[in-house]
Amino acid sequence: MNRLRRFFRTPEAIAGALILALLAAMALAAPLLFPGDPQAIAGPALQPPFQDWSVPLGTDRLGRNVLAELFHGARTSLAVGLAAAAAALLIGAVVGTLAGFAGGLIDEALMRVTDAFQTVPSFLLALAFVSIVGPSLGVVVAAIALSAWTGPARVARAEVLSIRERDYVAGARVIGMHPLEIAFREVLPNALPPVLALSSVIVAAAILTEAALSFLGLGDPNRVTWGGMIAEGRTVLRTAPFLSVVPGVALVLTVLGIYLTGEGVVESTAVSRSLS
Amino acid sequence: MSLLAVSNLTKRYHRGGKPFAAVDEVSFEVGPGETLALAGPSGSGKSTIARLVLRLIEPDAGRIGFEGADFLALSGAALRARRARLQMVFQDPLAAFNPRATVARVLDDPLRIHNIASRAERPRRIAALLERVGLDAGLAARAIHEISGGQRQRVAIARAIATRPSLIVLDEAVSALDVSVRGQILELLLDLQRRERIAYLFISHDLGVIRAVAHRVVILDAGRIAESGDARAVIANPQSPVGKALVEAAPRLTRNRP
Repeated sequence: MNRLRRFFRTPEAIAGALILALLAAMALAAPLLFPGDPQAIAGPALQPPFQDWSVPLGTDRLGRNVLAELFHGARTSLAVGLAAAAAALLIGAVVGTLAGFAGGLIDEALMRVTDAFQTVPSFLLALAFVSIVGPSLGVVVAAIALSAWTGPARVARAEVLSIRERDYVAGARVIGMHPLEIAFREVLPNALPPVLALSSVIVAAAILTEAALSFLGLGDPNRVTWGGMIAEGRTVLRTAPFLSVVPGVALVLTVLGIYLTGEGVVESTAVSRSLS
Repeated sequence: MSLLAVSNLTKRYHRGGKPFAAVDEVSFEVGPGETLALAGPSGSGKSTIARLVLRLIEPDAGRIGFEGADFLALSGAALRARRARLQMVFQDPLAAFNPRATVARVLDDPLRIHNIASRAERPRRIAALLERVGLDAGLAARAIHEISGGQRQRVAIARAIATRPSLIVLDEAVSALDVSVRGQILELLLDLQRRERIAYLFISHDLGVIRAVAHRVVILDAGRIAESGDARAVIANPQSPVGKALVEAAPRLTRNRP
């Protein structure tokens, strides 16, 4: 309760939370407000926005309802962003904890693998992965997670290195606890806060990566994505710029909302830490 | 027949590139139901010995015999199983527990790990342990950070005795407590020793406390044994320079072992 009040103290946090709430509402309401296939033809092609109120944001080259596509695109963006970030944080936290807690050869091996992943540009990695395995939502999520887990892994390892020297870890060994249980039950939960602080950056990056993949035609072809919409509008950019601008603005607002919210969370936990 | 037999224990560290021995050829024995105190100024190697005896760190040389077996030869599951017999209480009772834990979880872990009680039976055992160390059984549901320092140290003792050990290493276990609480915790430790014949390896820099609870004392200086013997005799008439300095530093030595 108190934490919530602290969170809503800064205007950035409020703005971020509002944007995210709006986005979540759009994603949840999409199948109710726009039932059926958003990729079905809804009217004449290239209708400009604010003319016909059955298609408030107009139609694209094939006559599809832009507003319906925008709503359904929010679903894809959020689902991919959250799933990819969750997978990246999970992989990173587990790898980082194992490396930091085990030390020695295991640490060396895991961190060299992490280095290898980090030296390859992350977008290139995702691009290569999707173009080899084939574009589907699951593959896109895996590709983004594959290129984003190294940051959380490094942060988790650094935190674990300091936590493993604490008395309570020695105490867990003294009572005969198995090392894996110590690592994942005693150490990992206490190493999580700084790792979770990365989540806003990772979610935002994941949404942008997904949009970029879709823009290049490597998104799931059976789903509407904002990146795909921007790519669609590109060919008629001079005659119907709104086709690219509308999903572009949605993308910018989403990433902004996530950053602002993340900032608010960090700010409010920083206060609670300095108070305790 | 000694319970714990340490011989020629050595642990070297590197400081500024040069090796130095934190513990240098130290030998001592602890009998069943006996309290042996390790005393000495900071940096004399007391805590390093505690950690070596508990296998939290590995020695460079020497032997540790525990309950008639070579304790250093154990590893993996065999070592974890034997740890039930050799427990520890730390100096700072707040740092010694996972900050997210509750009292119940802290006491549940040893019972679960060593299969001492079934899942259904454990709450009752936890309540009994809490009562055994003079705490209310209702404390079980509280978080570790919600209870007082003295209560926390009692919980630490309850956790140590949960597996019915024959030896408990007390690393400055009463040093961080305030004076009135310290007396009560020492009484509790003496009571447990009388009833269950638990031996203590009692590490402290406070000779007043050592005189009150220990049978024998080993005084350490820079990783070596400076002198050892009957606790009261050594404290009454220290022979080594370190022993003399420690006795002079202790303000009052009026309490006797009850």
